Amino acid sequence: MPEIKVTPLGAGQDVGRSCILVSIGGKNIMLDCGMHMGYNDDRRFPDFSYITQNGRLTEFLDCVIISHFHLDHCGALPYMSEMVGYDGPIYMTHPTKAICPILLEDFRKITVDKKGETNFFTSQMIKDCMKKVIPLNLHQTVQVDDELEIKAYYAGHVLGAAMVHIKVGSESVVYTGDYNMTPDRHLGAAWIDKCRPDILISESTYATTIRDSKRCRERDFLKKVHETIERGGKVLIPVFALGRAQELCILLETFWERMNLKAPIYFSTGLTEKANHYYKLFITWTNQKIRKTFVQRNMFEFKHIKAFDRSYADNPGPMVVFATPGMLHAGQSLQIFKKWAGNEKNMVIMPGYCVQGTIGHKILNGQRKLEMEGRATLDVKLQVEYMSFSAHADAKGIMQLIRMAEPRNMLLVHGEAAKMEFLKGKIEQEFNINCYMPANGETETVTTNPSVPVDISLNLLKREMALGGPLPDTKKPRTMHGTLIMKENSLRLVSPEQALKELGLNEHQLRFTCRVQLQDPHSDSDTLHRIYTHLKSVLKGYTIQHLPDSTVMVESIVIKLSSSAEDPNTKVLLLSWSYQDEDLGSFLSTLLKKGLPSGLC
Amino acid sequence: MKLYCLSGHPTLPCNVLKFKSTTIMLDCGLDTTSVLNFLPLPLVHSPRLSKLPGWVSKDGTVNLEKELKECAGRVFVDSQPEFCLPEKELLDLSTIDVILISNYHCMMALPYITEHTGFTGTVYATEPTLQIGRLLMEELVNFMERVPKAQSATCWKNKEIQRMLPGPLKDAVEVWTWKRCYSMQEVNSALSKVQLVGYSQKVELFGAVQVSPLSSGYSLGSSNWIIQSHHEKVAYVSGSSLLTTHPQPMDQSSLKNSDVLILTGLTQMPTANPDGMLGDFCSNLAMTIRAGGNVLVPCYSSGVIYDLLECLYQFIESASLGTTPFYFISPVANSSLEFSQIFAEWLCHNKQSKVYLPEPPFPHAELIQTNKLKHYPSIHGDFSSEFRQPCVVFTGHPSLRFGDVVHFMELWGKSSLNTIIFTEPDFSYLDALAPYQPLAMKCVYCPIDTRLNFHQVSKLLKEVQPLHVVCPEQYTQPPPSQSHRSDLMLELQPPPMPYRRCSVLSLPFRRRYERIHLLPELANSLVPSEIKPGISVATVSAVLHSKDNKHTLQSVPKPPPVPPTKKRKRVIEEPPEVLAPKPLLSGAVPLEAFLATLHKHGITEVKVEETADGHILHLQAEDTLIQLEEDGTHIVCDNNEPLRLL
Repeated sequence: MPEIKVTPLGAGQDVGRSCILVSIGGKNIMLDCGMHMGYNDDRRFPDFSYITQNGRLTEFLDCVIISHFHLDHCGALPYMSEMVGYDGPIYMTHPTKAICPILLEDFRKITVDKKGETNFFTSQMIKDCMKKVIPLNLHQTVQVDDELEIKAYYAGHVLGAAMVHIKVGSESVVYTGDYNMTPDRHLGAAWIDKCRPDILISESTYATTIRDSKRCRERDFLKKVHETIERGGKVLIPVFALGRAQELCILLETFWERMNLKAPIYFSTGLTEKANHYYKLFITWTNQKIRKTFVQRNMFEFKHIKAFDRSYADNPGPMVVFATPGMLHAGQSLQIFKKWAGNEKNMVIMPGYCVQGTIGHKILNGQRKLEMEGRATLDVKLQVEYMSFSAHADAKGIMQLIRMAEPRNMLLVHGEAAKMEFLKGKIEQEFNINCYMPANGETETVTTNPSVPVDISLNLLKREMALGGPLPDTKKPRTMHGTLIMKENSLRLVSPEQALKELGLNEHQLRFTCRVQLQDPHSDSDTLHRIYTHLKSVLKGYTIQHLPDSTVMVESIVIKLSSSAEDPNTKVLLLSWSYQDEDLGSFLSTLLKKGLPSGLC
Repeated sequence: MKLYCLSGHPTLPCNVLKFKSTTIMLDCGLDTTSVLNFLPLPLVHSPRLSKLPGWVSKDGTVNLEKELKECAGRVFVDSQPEFCLPEKELLDLSTIDVILISNYHCMMALPYITEHTGFTGTVYATEPTLQIGRLLMEELVNFMERVPKAQSATCWKNKEIQRMLPGPLKDAVEVWTWKRCYSMQEVNSALSKVQLVGYSQKVELFGAVQVSPLSSGYSLGSSNWIIQSHHEKVAYVSGSSLLTTHPQPMDQSSLKNSDVLILTGLTQMPTANPDGMLGDFCSNLAMTIRAGGNVLVPCYSSGVIYDLLECLYQFIESASLGTTPFYFISPVANSSLEFSQIFAEWLCHNKQSKVYLPEPPFPHAELIQTNKLKHYPSIHGDFSSEFRQPCVVFTGHPSLRFGDVVHFMELWGKSSLNTIIFTEPDFSYLDALAPYQPLAMKCVYCPIDTRLNFHQVSKLLKEVQPLHVVCPEQYTQPPPSQSHRSDLMLELQPPPMPYRRCSVLSLPFRRRYERIHLLPELANSLVPSEIKPGISVATVSAVLHSKDNKHTLQSVPKPPPVPPTKKRKRVIEEPPEVLAPKPLLSGAVPLEAFLATLHKHGITEVKVEETADGHILHLQAEDTLIQLEEDGTHIVCDNNEPLRLL
């Protein structure tokens, strides 16, 4: 039986360093190649030694697919391709291909230049790695080789995020990456057709959450920002440069305009301008509304939002600052946080998920005293707010996707084990399909049951369809007969006659003749007539003929009668049928052996 | 399999393919050359045009003064311009299941087909094709609607009268079917039926046919189409280019091994080299400006204009045209320029890598930023106050019958300092200029048509090896004006099948096989036997299921056990449920092997008799006779268990 094997190297019952290996129809595919934000040691990257102990991965992998540009999905890519060694194709969408190297370079700078780590990938390696990337268009069917094909679907989440459908023969797997089933202010909702994959590998970040309406959350967010500004406080919003940041910028921009607010909004890092430019050029990847109006008014040209300078953090008076990175684990957002943490008038709003081990995660869990580097502690007095703006599907969304794609099996990754367990139960209950949640390094094997494609001769098919009538009757199935010819990798189903002709074979007639003795005190012709009436009464719906040459025909079975020489009451019946009529023939002989019912005349 | 040809214009095709059970329209081109027979629509009142004399036949019997006007010896219809539509009578258009669009120039008749014909199908096109096609339609509607003309001339269409008119009106075909432009409402309704597709996306039609667009390299989002089932493949090649301009390069390899290749949209200028024309364009432009004249470039608002602007971007500095204003005037000028920048996926590699930087892929963004290129929706409004001369104006429509270009013709036509440069190949420039004669302005003809020429196409066909080629009849002979150029036609073996307007071709196809799926349960139950080296055979008895044109075979279900009823105790007398012919057997039975098999089953007393055709075996213990012959075996026995050894 064919099998599909799925092994997470990362993101198995965990969030971070997504990396999932899939073996399907003899092909090996790596889905995502991310890093873990919570670690600074070896655990930061997936354990590629699982694939091979010695050396390069090229011969073990047919392709690598990156779902989107977040570092927990692509952060280990240059390490994998350049340091471990992989020269095969890497697929990602155009926006991902554009933005991914920038984030990788940022990541590299923080790790190498700021933290002084060595043995890390270099700028050149990022460039070399990106040269191996083949861009994917949405819905385009890409033939990786003769057998393996992949197709990308829109996933929402961030600009350029994609879900992929991987198909070999009639087996297939869908990997969602991160996705969002509700459109937001700048992106559309994920969508997939009813592709009925054997396995749907889905993220499950918000496996147990059912979020309230987006509008309420937006109103809450604006209210909190507004209140803080009113009382003269400062608002810090740690974000990643691309994604949620643009959505929140659009939100604040329109709010500032409507309320005619004067407090400054800043955006840290030089990336902003560039980031917004990407959004402008890849506007076809944003939501319907933005796409429709972009000629008149480009939503990514902000009037109220200005570039941030480090010195502004000490300015008096209220302000709103968007700063990177989003989990407060390093960089500018952390610096500003340290400065503002002591003042209870200030506020930090965490708009997305924070990985365990980051400061973001700690303060969200209510920790008010933080141990900083060099044994210093930091008292957190400012208000900490969590607003789930991160664009992951919630439990409802995940169920909705399952309904869309109709998978035969479900496999959860990119979530916390306990929450997955809950969702798994729900999925198994509601859809009656198996749901798996392998941990890192654990292999899940799913047996598939593919049907066999065969070429049927059009003559046979048409004949068969004509016999079946315009509407197939499910209660009375018709059996068709054909001969399957297997010749040099081709499978053809033809009518038996054609097969014989084609193969130059003669038909072999197999006939059976059976003698049955009957005790019947009548004349030969009477007996025959009695047999005829008897059969007629038993075999309703069959053609039974009484022929003048003293034979009875049941369909094509011939029944002849002769009396025994010694005893005229003992009649000998000769039944003759061909192998094709075996069922009926043996039925008849059994029937007649029992004799004729006496009531007949 | 049939092909219905609804348009005779080789570059604006409209064909309908009946393939398996589907009806597929390939492109929906609108023949706009008909507008050349009409008077231009001026934006502001033109005394010259309004004073043109009406036409009266020489003998004075036909007087159509109101409808027909004469200008420089040619007769023009004074009416709202009308278009020549695809043939509507050849087949019932409401039966069309899908329309496949290859590029934005080949969809202009869409509203005529999808509205008012009972069409209920789907239109497939790429996103740039849809967006830019929408702009072109919007522009056309705008051009027509902003100068409404009350008069609609119909008398001249009368067959008797048309016969007496001077050419080319006399020879115009199907004038009764000519239609005025559609409305914006019809455009929106037509375009709402478009479903977007990406290159190499496989779209299933009713489970019977799969269609897939391929990059054709001609314009943004332009595509050729593959229409195939498991055993047949039709390639539809329309408007393709092998030149490196802005769009993604043409995908040639996927066209390989098609049974039929339908070839349309070759270059209309087989003798004009696009690069040479581009050079001529620049030098003529510079010469006129230096001499203090203005340059008018009648063009479509999308397509070659992007390449012209890019070429000028490099040329401006070297030709010291830095201070010359460039104007692009069209109701959709801004949209066209903006849209061109957002289709990174559909651009050539060079332009794609610019987007990764991120920079706009086309340099006209910089021309706009530095104020060298300005765009306006029309000559009214801001343009009239900011307009400086000498200048270069890009504007439509290339037929010179409507749009802002009419105004510039009236304005600049009288001065020999000015130049009009034709770059679009769709209209004969002499015909286009006819209603403006006499004209002092210089005329330069630099048609830029990047579509395949005959040399390229024969190389392509050699490469992709279709079994049969279908093409417009125009491609099977040299152009009438150059009848000695046998290199300007298609020469193929077997010769291409030509079509013309209203042709119905039967495509040479023999469908013999269809794809069917054996369900795993059935596949597992099959017992193949090898009858020749490498050839195995298995008999299949199964139930056929056909749903949505997909066929599957599944195992014969076991007859449900008959519920025991009290009345019928003799269950055995029920006739067998399934009346099934057993599969045929084949081959001869070798005697020795047969005897050995019998032996194995404990039958030892066998008497063998030789007969003429084979042997008779007498199994004494079982009282059974077996006749073995070359093509048959006959078993005669008493007991009811015939030995089934075969």
